[in-house]
Parts: sequence; structure tokens; C-alpha cells
Amino acid sequence: MATATFPKKPADHINAKPVEYAPHDLEVKSYLPEIFRGVGVSMKHFFENTREIVRGKLPDPVLDRYDDGITTISYPEQKRPYPERFRGVHRLTTRTDGSMRCVACLCCSTACPAQCIYIEAGEYPPGDKRRGYEKYPVKFVVDELRCIFCGYCVEACPCDAIRMDTGMHAVPYDSRDQFIYDRDLLLSFEGRDGSHVTANARHEPGDPTHPGLTREHSH
Amino acid sequence: MEPLDVELEEGELELPAEPMHLNMGPSHPAMHGTVRTVVELSGETVVKADVQIGYLHRGFEKMCERGTWAQVFPYVDRLNYVSPMLNNVGWALAVEKMCGIAVPERGQWYRMALGELARIADHLTCTGAIAMELGAFTPFLWWVKAREMIWDVLEEETGARLTHAFGRIGGMASPPTPGFKGLCRATLEKVEQILVEGEKLLLRNRIFIDRLENVGPISAADAIALGWTGPCLRACGVAYDVRKSHPYLKYDEVDFEVPVGTNGDTLDRFLVRLGEIRQSKRIIEQTLDRMPDEGPVSCDDPRVMLPAKSDVYSTIEGTIQHFKLVMEGAKVPAGECYSYTEGGNGELGFYMVSDGSGTPYRVRIRPPCFQIVGGLSKLVEGRLLSDIVPTFGSLNMIGGECDH
Ligand code: SF4
Ligand code: SF4
Repeated sequence: MATATFPKKPADHINAKPVEYAPHDLEVKSYLPEIFRGVGVSMKHFFENTREIVRGKLPDPVLDRYDDGITTISYPEQKRPYPERFRGVHRLTTRTDGSMRCVACLCCSTACPAQCIYIEAGEYPPGDKRRGYEKYPVKFVVDELRCIFCGYCVEACPCDAIRMDTGMHAVPYDSRDQFIYDRDLLLSFEGRDGSHVTANARHEPGDPTHPGLTREHSH
Repeated sequence: MEPLDVELEEGELELPAEPMHLNMGPSHPAMHGTVRTVVELSGETVVKADVQIGYLHRGFEKMCERGTWAQVFPYVDRLNYVSPMLNNVGWALAVEKMCGIAVPERGQWYRMALGELARIADHLTCTGAIAMELGAFTPFLWWVKAREMIWDVLEEETGARLTHAFGRIGGMASPPTPGFKGLCRATLEKVEQILVEGEKLLLRNRIFIDRLENVGPISAADAIALGWTGPCLRACGVAYDVRKSHPYLKYDEVDFEVPVGTNGDTLDRFLVRLGEIRQSKRIIEQTLDRMPDEGPVSCDDPRVMLPAKSDVYSTIEGTIQHFKLVMEGAKVPAGECYSYTEGGNGELGFYMVSDGSGTPYRVRIRPPCFQIVGGLSKLVEGRLLSDIVPTFGSLNMIGGECDH
């Protein structure tokens, strides 16, 4: 296994380069040419922008972001799409039959640096296929006010049961208790593609693909 | 009656005058960050300046002792909140030094590219703010626009604009996105164009130069005695850059210059930062050329890295390893080490002690601007009140990192 070699040995040549100053010549001292140059730069932008307004050809603030001219986004009418990896509000994923995937293992609440996840584990009722096989969260609460959106809960989940791919940012509310998201609310959110399903390929009891192995039948 | 406008010799009419005490801050528009300076004024001249820090103290070092080594990443994001990625990289390297692990090539290049992007953002903010505080609003707006573009790239990569929490012990949270190189190149191109335009408004502008030149000068010997590092030290003519003097990652393999000043005044600090933006751009370009498109960005050391998700879902070994790492944290061998990298403001050091458990026993940070702000009173005493503003701006104090 490679080991760290840090810090390495100093560079042979530091390659220092003195900064360049503006000359103290008459042109700079008199300040006049500089006024015109400065105003010129600003005016160039001013006319570029007004020309675009007059012609009605404003660059698209999302697609032509690197264009010259006004690229101000009129939020909230216009929105910049969030990138693929954007960490938004959490959601709890479901299996194909609609039951929740979370098994209340408490990995996410342990990994959470803000300690904003509260889980109460419970046993499935007698007669349920999953009883004795796994648990489920009776309570699953995420305090979105304490959450720092670090994504550690998603990384820590061994079941792909919690995700932050809703593409929603935290919404402002007018009271604090509205930020406390409970289990059913978290389950109701969809991923950005509109689905509830996840990448977890494990077949759990309750999945139509599960071979039907339970604790009683396994031996 | 005697006429009032009688001409007096200087000193003939001495009004009993006491120095005036004035509070600048903790919330003052020209003192970015929350810092309070109590200045003793005689007329408009600063007789004494008492810089009081600590308004953003959050107990960072104590908080680190509470969680696992990996849970420190969100905290270091909030140290220098203008260039969080550099702190992420610094902390990751520090813990990796303790564990004696190395990150694969691709991860090292990736870290460099992201870190240098953050450095550009940091310097753009600092230099733009200096200009704005002296009345030049336009360059500030343009440069902040450029900074936004850099943050867009970082958001694309990490999922958050500012609080990335993207570093991991032994690598990065995820590999570069497929469009990373293209986006990066396009952004750098645009950022340089905006930078040049802003410079056109400032660098030959006599009013701006007069406000900066010979304001708050410091000699190289004094700066070293105070423990200065980073752009502020280099402005005094000392070419000390951790990336050159103690290279880490791949900095010894890329070609870049270290801009240095001569007088150590505010103008030098301003120009050194602008020079570093160009050097960072050069570094990123070389990095992008040499970063492989394939391969892991994280090491596969099972002591620190979470196993692949597919293993966690379907194998018992993967699940157990995953649970061990999440529940107990990565175990760092007992011992202590000091690890230092070049942050936005200078040498960002972490000194840490481990007792062999999954939680840091003690973490101590050496934030670059703590030492730098220590020299502020020396720079402004005997100067005009209005000189405090550009001088303080050029030191680029970041409260989150100073008040550790
Ligand atoms: S994103 Fe981070 S802070 Fe928020 S719930 Fe998940 S682990 Fe906790
Ligand atoms: S969401 Fe995932 S990590 Fe959290 S308790 Fe449920 S299964 Fe465990």
C-alpha cells in the first residue's frame, strides 16, 4: 500500500516573481486619461447591455451564462436548475410495493454531525412477513433547521433508504415546528425523476422479487 | 470686540484635547467579519488601535473532540468560509498523514484543481472588497460575479456552493463529474476576462493607488516575527509558499510562480493576490491536462474508506465494515502530528493528537489570519483613521478561522 510522503522536499527553485506596479509617470499622475479609460470600460458595458435590451435579445441567464451582457436571473420566475449532485431536502425511499425501505438501523443519525435525525425503532406487527427479519422506524424525524445539508446521512445509510435528491432547497416557513419533517412527509417526497425507487438491488421481504425466505422458513 | 478670525500662530490656541476613543465594529460596514477595533484618535490620527477578536468564536477545537475524524469536515468548511475547499483538503491531508495513507493520482489532481478554484474565489473576494471599501463598487460587483461562476463549478462537483463537506479521509466524496474539465476551462477563461476588466479600472487609477501605496507597510523581519504567512508575507518580499517550500499533493510537478512584493504595503498585498489568481489559473490548467479521466479518486484502504455501496447492499462483509466505520469512525493510529497546507491566507496548520480511537483526542488549528490580525495595530498606529479600512481589508481577516 502506498504511504503518504508529505511534505515533499522543497522545490529547487522557488520561482519568485516581483509584482508589477503602475508607473509613476505623468499619465498616471495627471489622472485625466485614466478617468476616460475607466468611464470607457463602464460605458462599453452600459451600451452593450442597453443594446441587448433594445433589441430584445437578452442572453439566456442559464444557458448563456458566460456571455457578455446582463445575465441576471429573475428569481423566482426563472430558476437555475440545480446540479445533479445538489443536496436538497431529504426523502425516505420506498420499495417497489410502496413500503418504506428504512430498517431503523440508526446509521444516519449516528453519522449526522448536527444530530438532527431522531429515530424510534419498532417491530413489525405479528403476522407481518418482515417481523423478526427487520425493524422499521416508528418515528423518523429530520429537523431541517439544524441540518447542515452535509449529506453524511445519505452516505451512511446501508439500505439507500434516505436520499437528498429531491432537488428542493429548504423552504422558508413561518414557524419552527414546520421545519420538523416527520416520517410520512419524508416518505411522500419524490426524487427529482419523480420516482420513489432506489438503486438498492437487495430483494427484501415485501418486494415481489423476494424469494420468500423468512426466519422460520430458512432452515 | 476682537475679530474672531484673528490669525493665530500654530500652538498658540491650545484647546484642552484628550484623545478620543472610537469603536470600529464589531459590526461595521468596512470591517468585514465581526471584529472590534477600539481606536484612540488624536484628530484623525490613530494613536492606538486595540484589535479585539473573538466575536465569531464557536469552540471549533472542542467541537472536533465530539465526533469522528470524518465529522470534522463540515466544521472546517466553516473556518475560512471564503475558500472552504482548501480547508477540506488541508484537513484530509492532515488525517491521512496520521494514518500514513496516500490518495491515488487522480484524487490528488482533483484536490488540487478544486483547491485552486477556491483560492481564486478567496482572492477575488478579498481584492474586490478592498476596492469596494475605497469606493470602487464596479470591480467588486464584477469580481463577485466571477466568484459566483467558480462557486457554480464547485456546486456542480460537490453539491453545495459553500458548505461542501466534500473531502473524505483517504480521498474525495465522489469522482469528478464528466463535464468537469470543460466547465472548469470555460469558467477560468471567463474569470480571467472579468479580472482583467476590473484591473483596467483600478491599477492605473491614481486615487486608488494613493489610497493603498505606502499605507500599512511592514518590514519582512517584522512580518516573520509576527508569524505572518501567505500573501501578506509574500507582499513583504519573502517568497515563502507552502506549495513551493514544502510541496504536498502534486504541487512539485506543476510550474507556477510565486508573486512577491517589495514594500509590504497594502498595494503590494493587493497586487500579490491578483498575481496569485493568475498563478492559480495556471496551476488548474496544468492540473486539468494531467488529471486522468479514469481511475479512483479515493484510496481503497478499508480502515478509513466506506466500502462500495453495492457491497454494502449485498454482502455481509461490506455491511459489517460499513457499520464499523459509521458507528465507531475510522480509527486513527495513536500519536500526534502537525500538518500544514497553503490556505487562502497563508499556512493553514492542523496539530492533532490521537489516542487511537475514532474520535480526535485534541485538535488544534493554526489559522493564518490569527497571526496576521495580530499585526494590525502595528500597521495602523500613527496613520489616519481612513487608512484602517484598506489595511484591514488587505489582511483579509476571516472571523471563522481567526476565532478558533
Ligand atoms: S445532511 Fe447532514 S446534517 Fe442533515 S440530516 Fe443528513 S447528516 Fe444530518
Ligand atoms: S435511513 Fe438508512 S441509515 Fe437511517 S435508520 Fe433508516 S436504514 Fe438506517
